[in-house]
Amino acid sequence: MEDMRLADRTASARENKITARGVQVYYGTNHAIKDVDVDIADRTVTAFIGPSGCGKSTFLRCLNRMNDTIPICRVEGRIEIDGEDIYDKRVDPVQLRARVGMVFQKPNPFPKSIYDNVAYGPRIHGLTRNRAELDEVVEKSLRRAALWNEVKDRLTSPGTGLSGGQQQRLCIARAVATSPEVLLMDEPCSALDPIATAQVEELIDELRENFSVVIVTHSMQQAARVSQRTAFFHLGNLVEFGETGQIFTNPRDPRTEAYITGRIG
Amino acid sequence: MTDASLPTTPHRGSLIEVDARTRRRNAAEKRFRLYGLVALGIGLAALVILLTSVLSNGVSAFRQTSLVLEMNLDAAVLDKKGNRDPEEMKKVTTIGYGKLIDKALKEAVAAKGIAIEGLTDKDVANMISKEAAAQVRERVLSNPDLVGETVTVKVLANGRIDGYLKGRVTMQSAERDSNVTPNQLRLADALMAEGLLVKAFNWDFITGPDASELRPEASGLGVAILGSAYMMIIVLILSLPIGVAASIYLEEFAPKNRWTDLIEVNISNLAAVPSIVFGILGLAIFINFAGLPQSAPIVGGLVLTLMTLPRIIIPTRAALGAVPPSIREAALGVGASKMQTIFHHVLPLAMPGILTGMIIGLAQALGETAPLLLIGMVAFVRDFPAAPPEGFFDPAAALPVQVYNWTQRADPGFAERASGAIIVLLVFLLVMNAVAILLRNRFERRW
Repeated sequence: MEDMRLADRTASARENKITARGVQVYYGTNHAIKDVDVDIADRTVTAFIGPSGCGKSTFLRCLNRMNDTIPICRVEGRIEIDGEDIYDKRVDPVQLRARVGMVFQKPNPFPKSIYDNVAYGPRIHGLTRNRAELDEVVEKSLRRAALWNEVKDRLTSPGTGLSGGQQQRLCIARAVATSPEVLLMDEPCSALDPIATAQVEELIDELRENFSVVIVTHSMQQAARVSQRTAFFHLGNLVEFGETGQIFTNPRDPRTEAYITGRIG
Repeated sequence: MTDASLPTTPHRGSLIEVDARTRRRNAAEKRFRLYGLVALGIGLAALVILLTSVLSNGVSAFRQTSLVLEMNLDAAVLDKKGNRDPEEMKKVTTIGYGKLIDKALKEAVAAKGIAIEGLTDKDVANMISKEAAAQVRERVLSNPDLVGETVTVKVLANGRIDGYLKGRVTMQSAERDSNVTPNQLRLADALMAEGLLVKAFNWDFITGPDASELRPEASGLGVAILGSAYMMIIVLILSLPIGVAASIYLEEFAPKNRWTDLIEVNISNLAAVPSIVFGILGLAIFINFAGLPQSAPIVGGLVLTLMTLPRIIIPTRAALGAVPPSIREAALGVGASKMQTIFHHVLPLAMPGILTGMIIGLAQALGETAPLLLIGMVAFVRDFPAAPPEGFFDPAAALPVQVYNWTQRADPGFAERASGAIIVLLVFLLVMNAVAILLRNRFERRW
């Protein structure tokens, strides 16, 4: 816990990007998320921590309606982005996901070239008018994902041929290329070695300047290193939510303290 | 857990000595391997026996014995009015041509000074296939200017003579055979020595039409190959889009409820329905109800499509289901719609599996016989069907049915033809399977 960058933690007075109120998620009869209220601030990194099966990934996937693909999953409550309810009947999840990008646990580049991986989002959303603009978006996205220098000479080689850490940064570049407002990351470093993890964490910190980042992580050190705010989930409940520094140094709930000190989980 | 009583550590002997239990386990493993080898050996032996019997019987069908004759196309016989009008010349039947060929052969025998005791004129005439006159007549009618000239013709020898050159007919068997005499075989030997009787590659076997019971030497697979090809075109055109569309809908879009479960179970059941049942269905629906013509490739193709569809849907769904969910999530995560996810990512990745299933389904359809028997593909068809699409409605045969047909016929010459047809069928199937393997290796991508 030595490298907790507590100095970084500017208590954010930024406005809320996402507000969730009374969110309930059911898998069939299993009540997976119980009455969760969360405010996710703009241009901040928010970490969701908690033991396995506590519902943090489920909640994350509610934020871009990825749970819609699971037939037995049912979501109740209100989740608003910039004041608009994303579960409104008129909302097309496809449009929502262009604004709320996602990076998954396992690097999952398309079995296409590096260029096509990054260009896919802009192409299907019609974000660029010509090839030159698309080239520019690809380069910018790869630079943001700190991958440009490593791949600029082999943009046409397959994305699946990269190393694990590079693949995950490629996935981040792919998510960034559609210029989302929120970036959801579901344990983005769990399949990576420590060096690649450090690179991705550094990247997350840089992404904060442009995006609101929500990261699910199993590693408390990681949450402490990269996030400004932390939410602790336990058995489907949001136990505690606050400034990362406060959660890790002075938790209010005994369950949070037990988890952080390694007694539950 | 700590207070659960574990049995005391058993006494263990030296690692060098193998204990009885380990010995038993090793013996069981050895036995199992042996069973596997025996099973494999039986399978391989069956394959080898099958191939050798088919090849040894059938390869000779690809070579055919013919007589090369100098023949005078007598104008007095073939064109009595002398105006070379093909319409007038058509009045001369094959009988007229047959006499001229007989004469040509007799003259050739005399000219070469071949003398065989007891050889009758009838024996000499019977050396020639009954198809020969038709061959010459066709040639003359297409080119009337040949009348009056002396031309070299190559005509089919009788099936028994062909059999003698291939070792099927011997002097001993000829003595007991009413269709051939030993004298004819001696004449065949003499003609062969003079270079008048030759054996050459039999293109007509692959391109020619079937022939009647009495002339196996003239029968060919042309109509059957064309009929099978037409049916495969229909099966491909219908079952690829329908099968893939049904698979995509069932695998990706259909809600999971009792109805889709029912449909899934029934697709599996349909794949197991005996093919002859599809034949009865085709007879009832396509011929009796819809009034489509019998023996036509369109009906055969439709029946085979019905039979092939479930066999294509099952592997296609398996291929779609085998695409890792991470790829779907990745596409959905960047905001692709469901259609875009499927058509940009899932389908290309599933393509090798879909193509393999498709080709194996087609290969099964190509070899299917039973349903075709019921819809009249078993008929004797000598006329080539027209080019598609009209040809789809013309009568035609099919390769496996042709094999069945030939094995039913009495003349031993057809046994060789049937084996030859099996070889052609097997070559087509092997080519299709090779294409399936090639496509799979070519498009297979790692993820």
